[in-house]
Amino acid sequence: MAVQPTPPLIQRVEALPIIIVFVLLLALFMYLSPQVFLQPFQYTTFLSTLPPLILLAVGLTFVIGAGEIDLCFPAIIGFAGYVFAVLFKEYELGWIAVVAALAAGTLVGFVNGVLVAKVGIPSFIATLGAQFFWYGMATVLSGGKSYALRGAEESTVWQVLVGRPFADAETVWVTQLPIQSLWTAIVVVVMWLVLTRHRFGEHTLFIGDSNDVSRVVGINVDREKIKIFTLMGALAGLAAIFLTLENKNYFGNQGQGYLLLAIASVLIGGTSIFGGRATIVGTLFGCFIIAMIEPGLVATGLTGAWVNTVRGLIFLISIIFYLYVDEPQRRRALFARFWLNQGLGRARATE
Amino acid sequence: MNVTDCCGGGSRAPTGFLTGSDVALWEGSRVTAATSAEQSTSAAFRSIVRLEHVQKFFGAIQALKDINLAIDKNEIVGLIGDNGAGKSTLIKVITGVIRPEAGKLFIRDEEVNLADYSVQAAHNLSIETVYQDRSLAEKQPLWRNFFVGRQITNRLGFIDIKREKELANNILINEIGFRGAGITVDSTVSNLSGGERQGISIGRAMHYNADLIILDEPTAALGVAEVRKVIDFVQRIKESGRASIYIEHNLAHVHEVADRLVVLDRGSIVAEFSPKDMSVTELTQYLIKLQRGG
Repeated sequence: MAVQPTPPLIQRVEALPIIIVFVLLLALFMYLSPQVFLQPFQYTTFLSTLPPLILLAVGLTFVIGAGEIDLCFPAIIGFAGYVFAVLFKEYELGWIAVVAALAAGTLVGFVNGVLVAKVGIPSFIATLGAQFFWYGMATVLSGGKSYALRGAEESTVWQVLVGRPFADAETVWVTQLPIQSLWTAIVVVVMWLVLTRHRFGEHTLFIGDSNDVSRVVGINVDREKIKIFTLMGALAGLAAIFLTLENKNYFGNQGQGYLLLAIASVLIGGTSIFGGRATIVGTLFGCFIIAMIEPGLVATGLTGAWVNTVRGLIFLISIIFYLYVDEPQRRRALFARFWLNQGLGRARATE
Repeated sequence: MNVTDCCGGGSRAPTGFLTGSDVALWEGSRVTAATSAEQSTSAAFRSIVRLEHVQKFFGAIQALKDINLAIDKNEIVGLIGDNGAGKSTLIKVITGVIRPEAGKLFIRDEEVNLADYSVQAAHNLSIETVYQDRSLAEKQPLWRNFFVGRQITNRLGFIDIKREKELANNILINEIGFRGAGITVDSTVSNLSGGERQGISIGRAMHYNADLIILDEPTAALGVAEVRKVIDFVQRIKESGRASIYIEHNLAHVHEVADRLVVLDRGSIVAEFSPKDMSVTELTQYLIKLQRGG
């Protein structure tokens, strides 16, 4: 048998570049503000605030990997959050409120999928329209009111979904460990397995690569796209429940801040904006980086006003990086534009 | 097997889709083919595929007009016609990619329910297609490209990656003959040349050992030596007792291997010839006249 050459390290470890960037950034922040980044409390805070972002970004990894986009999920956070809050508070339905909110998110995602796959509207436009519609629905139904879920922590729903299982522990930071980080970790692992090892994940990447090729090799492209958007909706529904319970408060535009954060996390992580390549591990570290920037900058003395500027900068740099690393023809075009290939050719000839 | 005699140096050699001792490799592949193709060899049927009165519309345009065509179980049929004549549409009907509005499709003389017919169904009925370059996903590794659409999975739908890679490696080395060419099952398609891609497509079709292999302009992107290999491949389909539909722009190629030539023009079958009755020159003149006459 021919000996298979071992692929380089960068190909063997999923999302290695972004993991390195994360470690460097973390080390930098630890060096600049040890009082924040060498203490456990910053990390327990992350564990309670990050799960909604991670859930959204994981769903979006499938959507973008399939060459589509979803702009609707902030509205799902609003709409499913409303369904949950009203059933939980006004009707005291407990677990039924959870199921209803998940169903609401799933339904919105399913409708998005049908609009894209069957009606044939480009996903950018379809989900932009859907975003306005469902955000509007949530506002109409709630009458613009917010719901404070005071006393929610007494309920089993709260205990099971976003509770603090070690509240009686001796160490202070251990008492703050939130259970939703565990649920989110399980979702992430399952979704990673699905993307890398399941038929559905493979179909997602082939669809992102080319719809025509996918049809020819026997993938039911329309059905898989509907599934992808439905999955996104379900994960956004779960994110809405976590967010509403963790904040013990519902307000209509609670999802609006997540739009760019989630998209940025996915693309920073290394999922291709053109589809066909997607990584859950990268997305996870993308979320970490996006979330770390705010406390990092504030703790190192920059004002909060800088946060979005730096996020935008990292976002653009990483997209340019992936574009030229992973798309050889674009890299060649770039080098040609700067006459770099001639320079390299000469250097090699004189060696 | 001897690996060392091929493509010395281990560097990326400019390969076609076959390297080294081709003939032995192809012989070897036929042996594996024979063992895995039990379901169909003994079947008694006349036509591998037969279409009756098939109609296909795209909006107001009728892409296929009342197509009647039968392919015998050991026949190479060359499908020729101008761009837009309906060749690819016809192929896509047979392979389950698109559904006709009317007509009947028979496979091994048995009528197929068109409402349930799909690419998977065609695969299950042992029909394989080699498209010119539209059947491989660029950014995906080769092993995924070999098995996508019919993955080896457990009951939950999770892919047996180890097994798929083993089989893909086997196809790559033993059936296609990519040896020492720097191509592994983990290579992505975007790194391959046109000839190598064609080799992958043909290797995939061979692996599934179809009774009907449809070749949709397989030589479009290839150099002279690689074209020769495709033609040899078509001849071996014939020798091994199977059937093929061969779409080709180059009349000399198709004239050489086909048992029968079917001419499509604006969605209709307008003529059928035996290559014996007509030289390439006569055929060319006929086709030019057909275009002008329309």
